Amino acid sequence: MFKILRKRELNSQVTLMVIDAPLIAKKALAGQFIIFRIDEKGERVPLTVADYDRDAGTVTIIFQKVGRSTMLLGELNEGDYILDVVGPLGVPTEIPEGAKKVAVIGGGVGCAIAYPQAKALYNAGVEVDVIAGFRNKDIVILEDEMRAVSKNLYVTTDDGSYGTKGFVTDKLKELIDAGNKYDCVIAIGPVPMMKFVCAVIKPYGIKTIVSLNPIMIDGTGMCGGCRVRVGGKIKYACVDGPDFDGHEVDFDELMHRNSAYREQEQHDREHICRITGGVRHA
Amino acid sequence: MPNMQPEKTAVREQDPKVRAHNFDEVSSCYTDEEALNEANRCLNCKNKPCVGGCPVGVRIPEFIEKIREGDIPAAYDIIKTTNGLPAVCGRVCPQESQCESKCVRGIKTEPVGIGRLERYCADYMADKAPAPEKPEFNGHRVAIVGSGPSGLSCASDLAKLGYGVTVFEAFHTAGGVLMYGIPEFRLPKATVQREVDGLKALGVEIRTDMVIGKILSVDELFEQGYEAVFIGTGAGLPNFMGIEGESLVGVFSANEYLTRTNLMKAYLDDYDTPISRNRAIAVVGGGNVAMDAARSALRLGADKVYIVYRRSAEEMPARREEVHHAVQEGIDFRYLTNPVEILGDENGRVRAIRCQKMELTEPDQSGRRGVKPIAGSEFEIDVDAVIMAIGTSPNPLIRSTTPGLETNRRGCFVVDENMLTSREGVYAGGDAVTGAATVILAMGAGKSAAAAIDEYIRNKK
Repeated sequence: MFKILRKRELNSQVTLMVIDAPLIAKKALAGQFIIFRIDEKGERVPLTVADYDRDAGTVTIIFQKVGRSTMLLGELNEGDYILDVVGPLGVPTEIPEGAKKVAVIGGGVGCAIAYPQAKALYNAGVEVDVIAGFRNKDIVILEDEMRAVSKNLYVTTDDGSYGTKGFVTDKLKELIDAGNKYDCVIAIGPVPMMKFVCAVIKPYGIKTIVSLNPIMIDGTGMCGGCRVRVGGKIKYACVDGPDFDGHEVDFDELMHRNSAYREQEQHDREHICRITGGVRHA
Repeated sequence: MPNMQPEKTAVREQDPKVRAHNFDEVSSCYTDEEALNEANRCLNCKNKPCVGGCPVGVRIPEFIEKIREGDIPAAYDIIKTTNGLPAVCGRVCPQESQCESKCVRGIKTEPVGIGRLERYCADYMADKAPAPEKPEFNGHRVAIVGSGPSGLSCASDLAKLGYGVTVFEAFHTAGGVLMYGIPEFRLPKATVQREVDGLKALGVEIRTDMVIGKILSVDELFEQGYEAVFIGTGAGLPNFMGIEGESLVGVFSANEYLTRTNLMKAYLDDYDTPISRNRAIAVVGGGNVAMDAARSALRLGADKVYIVYRRSAEEMPARREEVHHAVQEGIDFRYLTNPVEILGDENGRVRAIRCQKMELTEPDQSGRRGVKPIAGSEFEIDVDAVIMAIGTSPNPLIRSTTPGLETNRRGCFVVDENMLTSREGVYAGGDAVTGAATVILAMGAGKSAAAAIDEYIRNKK
């Protein structure tokens, strides 16, 4: 049993939780993830470790309430317990050798994964520019946190209601064209965003790392559900990743695979809306 | 005078048409009368060939003798002296290639139903056996990584000797393949849980959600005061064929399909884990895992389930009873058939599997017949899901995080005759050493390792 020590709503759909998990906190590194199971009948759901505090023995998770399990998790409060939390899983983010300047791009709730990576780079003395993209002003998250671990933070919104109007790729291109020499770009967000970022950067020949979020069960290489094609080879995101060279990832295949349970998820979403008292999500 | 009835005493089974749609156990336990009738078929041979066929040397004629005398607790005790998990082994051991293959009765007629009798004793005692007494702690602690058959049997033997044993399990539930792999209809999870609970009563500490290699390394286990470590992490990494189309939606490893079903209970409505419900499914492979996946698919509502196996029925490695049950339930066996490609629709979902016909070649050095494709024999089977059950490999999590642990080219730990790895105090056994094999072999390895660990720690003093 893992106690929820702190809960904060980052926006109407995204929640931050600090969980008492001393053993995981002791080992966790940026880029790794945990798998939680909310109760005896719950599924196993992976979430990136958004932050950790080794002294306090806590790990922070940030999640968007999109599926049944994340919605149920969102119903829990400080003092409540999560039945299972296992981790840290996956390979930690490797800071590219000799990298002096890195652009970290977060899309929406992907900022929860981009933030710890930016922080790790920043703490390692790398110059970090963060570009954080959101659909609109209302769903901007982690602005202060990301600003604290970057030289420059650029917020973009699709509708221009906050920061610069446009997509993260527009801002990235603008920065590169303005003469910023990035040794590496780290892009984390919805699969189409990561695909688009890679396509934009490819002509510049800049190394691009993406963090993938395929469907998985165990997180230890056992089910093979999270297999992704990277450089023509099958990799397991849980043990070989979740970080991969973005220029090598077959994003289209990943999008197909991630849609495997869409109909059942839709059905669950409608179902849960009733049990949680009519919570609706766009 | 022994009962000379030529066939094994029949066991009551659910009607195939009914059971193909439920997850309840297929076979019932012998009644007292049936068990006695079957026990009377044993000739109580002096040289006990059956015992030699058992990887853990269960004293078979002795326990059967006790059944004949009506003393089931004594029969059970005899089994338990060498086999910690009789309720499991009675159900899932490949008896036809082990104990029962050596049975003298089997030369002319059917062998004694040793597996069924073993299960009878275990089930009979399930709610009668007194809780084991917790032995006095001998002051030494041993860590066991993995709670599958090898880990459980190693833990059981060490705990009985007074060791403080901690079992680390990566999943949220202990039992390993017995929980995630073998389906409820073949091995009820309550049966496995009872065995795990028995270990706890012996004082074994079970820590779930602990992925050793990640949250703690093997070296850190020693730092925490464990004097020896047993690695029984199994062979959990699913193999794929490497053919086109394996990334389509609707292609699963048997591990994924079975884990969703068995461990996560996706077949029950009130559990959250989703599982793909398909119309027609091809399961590739001919082992027990393939049978389990195919029969689970049927129970999950598929109209048509195929087993696609590249050799013939004779070479099929699955337990005979499982094949028999699968045939009864209506699984369509396509022998000498090998997939060459999985075909998808415009949405990236499986629509068919393209196969070619194979023919048998002469036996190789191991005596197993090979196969070669028949030119121009390709054809398609209309399916909307494919399950790959073509074997598994050991998990790299421990070997990649533990310096000095030697593994072979297949990723299996290299051990000596005492199950000792290349690191002092680190022992390994089960599928992590042999590659995918059977429950009973893994249990045997766990037992051998327990004996070796005991000797190692005693000599260290």
